[in-house]
Amino acid sequence: MTGIVALYIFMLAAFTGYEVISRVPVILHTPLMSGSNFVHGIVLVGAMVALGGAHTTLEKTIGVIGVLLAAGNAVGGYVVTERMLEMFKASGARAGAAKRTH
Amino acid sequence: MPDWVSVDLAIQASYLVTAFLFIVGLKRMSSPVTARSGILWAGAGMAVATLITFLYPGMSNYGLILPAMLVGAALAWWSGRRVAVTNMPQMIALYNGMGGGAAAAIAAVELYRGESVGYASSTLAVAGGIIGAISFSGSAIAFGKLQGLITRSVRFSGQQFLNLLLLVAALGLGALVATQVNGTFAVVTGLFALALLLGITMTLPIGGADMPVVISLYNALTGLAVAFEGFVLNNAAMIIAGTVVGSAGTLLTQLMAKAMNRSLGNVLFSGFGDTGAAATGTVTGSLKPIEASDAGVMMAFASKVIVVPGYGMAVAQAQHKVWELVQLLIDRGVSVRFAIHPVAGRMPGHMNVLLAEAGVPYDLIADLDEINAEFDTADVALVIGANDVVNPVARTDKSSPIYGMPILNVDKAKNVIVVKRGQGAGFSGIENALFYLDNTRMLYGDAQKAVAELIQAIKAV
Repeated sequence: MTGIVALYIFMLAAFTGYEVISRVPVILHTPLMSGSNFVHGIVLVGAMVALGGAHTTLEKTIGVIGVLLAAGNAVGGYVVTERMLEMFKASGARAGAAKRTH
Repeated sequence: MPDWVSVDLAIQASYLVTAFLFIVGLKRMSSPVTARSGILWAGAGMAVATLITFLYPGMSNYGLILPAMLVGAALAWWSGRRVAVTNMPQMIALYNGMGGGAAAAIAAVELYRGESVGYASSTLAVAGGIIGAISFSGSAIAFGKLQGLITRSVRFSGQQFLNLLLLVAALGLGALVATQVNGTFAVVTGLFALALLLGITMTLPIGGADMPVVISLYNALTGLAVAFEGFVLNNAAMIIAGTVVGSAGTLLTQLMAKAMNRSLGNVLFSGFGDTGAAATGTVTGSLKPIEASDAGVMMAFASKVIVVPGYGMAVAQAQHKVWELVQLLIDRGVSVRFAIHPVAGRMPGHMNVLLAEAGVPYDLIADLDEINAEFDTADVALVIGANDVVNPVARTDKSSPIYGMPILNVDKAKNVIVVKRGQGAGFSGIENALFYLDNTRMLYGDAQKAVAELIQAIKAV
């Protein structure tokens, strides 16, 4: 990948991110922040490559920390986002399950 | 011997699929109807990218990669599963900081190796490393503050100057490393130490009320750091995902700051968040208490009730009781809606998540623009643990620190019932004029207990 191609990717991805989020209702701000937090968990891939290519003890130690943290980012981000979004249901969808207390 | 050309092609193709799944996932997460499936799409993308990366050409150290991954994943899974919904914002901060730390770790491995990789690459490695390290330590402080581990906001004169000094020093060392004039162990270590320190000193003075904006900012920064390290590693999936999060996160941060009537600079540099600004203006009138039984009767015979929940409800974990109360009212034929201020709770949208957890369908929940015209026709506005976001001073008193902040026009309702724990001022320390109005009655007590009493009162009607 040449530098200029990387810049094209960078520019287009920046516009995509902006477009995807604009016009989002306030109720989804927190879940979306959590969701985007999960998405940058892709750093796990980079941490794996960095550790995979590490030679000295210092590189390996830092690499292990990197993979550990990155896996935490990805999995934690997923679990919390999934738990939040699980709760979003319309009243129609829960008509049968609604628990009415009298 | 595997055919590295076709393996490389398979990896690139998988990363393309991952980028596609991430973007579709985020798009679906931006509408309540499709939000649930969005995280599944994004999750599938992550699984594809992680699995294919095991085939990366020239990889070794699998004996270290697998255990590190499993330990990190297991700890995060365990903590993410058991955290209460009220505490989710600080967990987001924690996981986000881990991502920033991972980006900084990638930079550290590259920079300590010190191989000449070209100026562009080493500059991006340094930039991503600094940003990632700031996000790591800053998010840790944000977590500590929201979790209640750090209760004081440390402020001293010259603090901004110190931060500037740290930033300049970090950038100076970064320039040395990036231009490969001096990439020794000591210089690289000093670079990361300064960046970590800067994250701490930047975040410590910021008050708890502003933390959501800060967490969102660090989320965007982590995205950027991941994108930069993606350039260094020539990894398209990291560049795309990191940049998308960087720009989406920046927009989200602006939206949040706007909803709080603060500029980002104001949040980062003024330290208003919990200074408890002096009460301004004189409030006339008196606080008029009401018994739960009378309040219950008032609501039971109303035709329209608007419920305004705030952080006090979340702290008391009263959302389930509130929903029970609302269901009782709906069964009696009362029209009930929830009015949510953009910054109710600890983050924009946090209150919606809490209500959703209790089972409130999202179509009963209205946001500020939608509901504000309806207060005129409401018989009762029930305010539960909300304060600053219903303070009419924001509309009238130019000298107030919250002047100009959009508020819910609760004071326009025929009757207002305020459930409040005690007689203290709100998070900002500003006296609330709403409480002194002629049509306002105060129902004192813990939200959970007060709402339970209201339920009893309505059942007894």
